[in-house]
Amino acid sequence: MSVSREGSTSAARANGGSGGLGLGKDLTGLESLTGAQIEAILDTAEPFKEISERRIKKVPVLRGKTIVNLFFEPSTRTRISFEFAEKRLSADTVYIGASGSSVQKGESLVDTARNLEAMRIDMVVIRHGSSGAAAFLADRIPSNVVNAGDGQHEHPTQGLLDLLTIRDRFGSLVGRRVCIVGDILHSRVARSNIWGLLACGAEVAVCGPKTLIPLGIEELGVTVLSRVEEAIEWADVLYVLRLQLERMSAGFIPSLREYNRVFGVSRARLERAPREVVVLHPGPMNRGVEIDSDVADGPWSLILPQVTNGVAVRMAVLYLLAGGSPELAEAAKEGA
Amino acid sequence: MSVASGAEVLLDREQTDVTLRDLARQILEREPEAGDLLLIGIRRRGVELAERLAAHMEKQSGARIPTGSLDITLYRDDFHQIGPKPVIGSTELPVEITGRRVVIVDDVLHTGRTIRAALNELADFGRPRRVELCVLVDRGGRELPIQPDYVGRSFEVRVGEEIAVSVRGLDGELLVRRVPVAGVR
Repeated sequence: MSVSREGSTSAARANGGSGGLGLGKDLTGLESLTGAQIEAILDTAEPFKEISERRIKKVPVLRGKTIVNLFFEPSTRTRISFEFAEKRLSADTVYIGASGSSVQKGESLVDTARNLEAMRIDMVVIRHGSSGAAAFLADRIPSNVVNAGDGQHEHPTQGLLDLLTIRDRFGSLVGRRVCIVGDILHSRVARSNIWGLLACGAEVAVCGPKTLIPLGIEELGVTVLSRVEEAIEWADVLYVLRLQLERMSAGFIPSLREYNRVFGVSRARLERAPREVVVLHPGPMNRGVEIDSDVADGPWSLILPQVTNGVAVRMAVLYLLAGGSPELAEAAKEGA
Repeated sequence: MSVASGAEVLLDREQTDVTLRDLARQILEREPEAGDLLLIGIRRRGVELAERLAAHMEKQSGARIPTGSLDITLYRDDFHQIGPKPVIGSTELPVEITGRRVVIVDDVLHTGRTIRAALNELADFGRPRRVELCVLVDRGGRELPIQPDYVGRSFEVRVGEEIAVSVRGLDGELLVRRVPVAGVR
């Protein structure tokens, strides 16, 4: 899905732009990445974890880079996580939300971005309600674009931080059984996780109300489990999705109580698991709906490590995309 | 010994080890009280050299000197020219550096830019009482006003050549060679 600007896809650009990983200019999704590329991003994230443990939580690597966080949809966790990542790399950042900006006055996405470009920015982190918005923008501006969630398409840095959290716990993703529970149909988090997990050799299943499972998902190599008990019996990792409350009024589920009774991940259900199972959740949680408090705060939960890893993964992505220009990369190779 | 064509061995294992032993002695001699000494190796090859120095020091004085490692990747001044390195090592400092005597250890001193980066990174961790620099080889060619306190050996390097230090942990053998620039590192 990563769309590069015309003429920017040369090997030199790829080398200069992402440390030889060939990520190109942007990160718009995990669908187009190979397992090796994803693992390399996770490897890059490792040393960035330590920086957040330092007394001075800052390294100068993106000093002088300007990053715009363009959030057309509200977000707390992702926005703050990106901001911490940017600041810990010494970048200069601005935040633009939809309300109170020219976006509210009807300015188009491209016009907003072009105006920012005219102020000489280097990177854009974009959250948008429309699927494909990040790639659309990436195609039209020379700055690096990082997708922070676009409609129902992808949320690649969330997927990466989830993969890192699972890899931290089990050592490797290969052969790990991950079941995503909940509203798969509308979830960009589920999409990014499915692509990323499959690329890295994990086994993936989904579980949820039939109305919320995309038709034909088995064709991707994903198993569909209809009961949460089955999911718990099968999985090493339960990835519990937030149930977006507006789904109820749209008629996808009968009631929140009913959803919790059938698909809620509870202590009683987890205690019957045949082996150790860990629980992830992208937040924010609806306690008592898709996940019970006992689970969210219990020994199964990796929810807070996910949040910690989010900063490190985003630092790694920004670091890898922010590389130099192709000409300089070539010159440096010769002069090295 | 497997040596790439065009390479010339400057110090074999024995000579390299003797050089390190002398460096360890010099570091201890400067301040006989080594209680607050900390050796910090610059990744990657400086780390093993720092450990070897600490082992020599233990033999010479009986004192166990702590060692740490510094990865200066994120402090380099050429990030915008060469782009990111995908794999970054970690910086591990086992003790608080503030108030200590810190000796930075690296394999080859050339432009001085690595040491500039190391000094900046160290400053983000604390304020050592004193910082010194120990290098196995000084090959000249400084681009910054940086001078080492301890030098194992100095070698001239002709155009198109560089100094390659090999260490056991990374390269399987301990030695110093002069190699063509495109040579194996």
